[in-house]
Amino acid sequence: MATDQALADELVSTIKDWVDRDVIPNVAEFELNDEFPQEMFEQMCDFGLFGSTIDEKYGGLGIDITTYARIVEELSRGFMSLAGILNTHKIGVTMIDRYGTEEQKEKFLPRMCDGSFRAAFSLSEPDAGSDTGSLRCKAEKDGDEWVINGTKMWVTNGTRASLVMLLARTPDDRITCFLVEKEPGENFEGITVSKKIDKLGYRGLETVEMSYVDHRVPSENVLGGEDGIGNGRRYALSALELGRINIAARAVGVAQAAFDSAMKYAQQRETFGRPIFEHQAVQFMLAEMATKLQASRLMTFDAARRADAGERVDMEAGMAKFFASEAAFEIAMSSMRIHGGNGYTTEFPVERYLRDTPLMIIGEGTSEIQKMVIARKLLERYPAE
Amino acid sequence: MDVVVCVKQIPDPADPGELNPDTKTLKRDTKLILDESDSYGVEMALQLVDAAGSGEVRLVSMTPGGETGGLRTALAMGAESAILVSDEALAGSDALSTAKVLAAAIKRSNPDLILTATESSDGYTGTVPEQIAELLDLPSVTFGKEVAVDGELATVKRQTESGYDVVECPLPAVISVTAGVVEPRYPSFKGIMAAKNKPVEELDLSALGIDPQTVGWAGARQEITEIADSPAREAGEVVVDEGEAHERIMAFLDDLKVL
Repeated sequence: MATDQALADELVSTIKDWVDRDVIPNVAEFELNDEFPQEMFEQMCDFGLFGSTIDEKYGGLGIDITTYARIVEELSRGFMSLAGILNTHKIGVTMIDRYGTEEQKEKFLPRMCDGSFRAAFSLSEPDAGSDTGSLRCKAEKDGDEWVINGTKMWVTNGTRASLVMLLARTPDDRITCFLVEKEPGENFEGITVSKKIDKLGYRGLETVEMSYVDHRVPSENVLGGEDGIGNGRRYALSALELGRINIAARAVGVAQAAFDSAMKYAQQRETFGRPIFEHQAVQFMLAEMATKLQASRLMTFDAARRADAGERVDMEAGMAKFFASEAAFEIAMSSMRIHGGNGYTTEFPVERYLRDTPLMIIGEGTSEIQKMVIARKLLERYPAE
Repeated sequence: MDVVVCVKQIPDPADPGELNPDTKTLKRDTKLILDESDSYGVEMALQLVDAAGSGEVRLVSMTPGGETGGLRTALAMGAESAILVSDEALAGSDALSTAKVLAAAIKRSNPDLILTATESSDGYTGTVPEQIAELLDLPSVTFGKEVAVDGELATVKRQTESGYDVVECPLPAVISVTAGVVEPRYPSFKGIMAAKNKPVEELDLSALGIDPQTVGWAGARQEITEIADSPAREAGEVVVDEGEAHERIMAFLDDLKVL
């Protein structure tokens, strides 16, 4: 159900105030040191962000996709990694909500509301990502349990998560999604965080490699129950469709921050006796940045509103993610050009925007993958006569 | 323990305000928000009730136009209910009229403690808390920077120019708190949603037994005779260090009484 507009505005405005007051002044300290922003995370729990999209029936607040995307934009305007702390959880919530059995919903969703029991999403492997056909992580049945063996890559929030939405190959040679329960930490019953991945941007939250050696998962933890066996790929792609709207929203947030910073700087910094905003070369850059930002935002929220209306939005979400992420990178680069030498230093946040934006181009399906999705949908929508 | 917090709804300071040239007062026909200086009292009240283990926080406010946006913010933080005195005749009320109305509304609640800000962010008279105390015949402590309650006794660290006094005061009492008293919480999403359904009792002057002729423009005892633009900012003084700059800076700060 659509969230009431006035209520949505108030929720978003509350996050905006917090980002302006408590996030932006402190972000550099965590980001540069690659340190988990514990206090910010706790405030996100206090807001109720982790349960915000969970159905009211299970103790959540049931806000719609559009409102959630607006919140993601605001978080990313301050510190994109905060949206990352939230987003894998949101993917887990969406998968359980859409495809879990009633028992799974009742077991997991209420615990996922307050942020103490968080989800990670684990599809990628060293040699497989969007190419799900190449997944090698295996699950084999042994009595009432499944035995998991394999290595997973790029697991955001992997260490701190209590639940991993794990995609593994079952003996029918299809992909199944397992609800892997674990204790937060680096080792748990055959699960090991085998490597913490150091990254260009998207710092402050962990992205890890995880190894599974004979880890046992009870049969009731197959997402969707018996019917879910072999359907993991479909479940994951459906959740990623929404994930892509949120990646686009993150791109809009970072692009907005980069644009705001450039506008301010261009009116303060003087060269040749006048503010650089008065130079046409700078004006043109800002005009292009503002136009790309506007287009990104409109595409992102168009996809979100369609998703809220119940439409299948793989093409629109793909378009929004492709366009907004590429635009965000260009806007961040233009912002750095406007800041000149200052933009290249850690004294200004622009270098962070430039380091953060490639994540949106690459994560949850590269721009090239999005183009493949778009092209495939084009054929469906425009069949030959 | 039941605590009443007096809160004011004001035009958003982030939007440039306008003065009405006829009344020489701030135009208030825009959206009103919770005065930030009142959020400290709300937070203090919530913490005191929490520490007491029982009771509730109620809000008391007045406005001519029936606006509740600012009250909803305080309700979202955790206050249980609000009394809003709303009457067109309240327009133009001076500090004493405001205190009379708020005192009459507070009486209906019979609280153990009344908290206020030291002054509002738009009017800055800073006299309403003491006037409320006088009208209710209660003790008053001003500029509280720390408040603790034990049974029927409040212990207040009262901010002074040189430090603070520790004041003990029997309850019920009126205590005004400074912006440093506690860090106000952000409303949670659940709080924001719940606030929509929390009771806001709207009362007019007749419900409080107040003669409209004694408040608002009709009953005003103070008059704004003139308004003028604030002087343009002047260039600061540049202190060139020739070995004694620190002494000149210290003398400058000493003159400002900030040391």
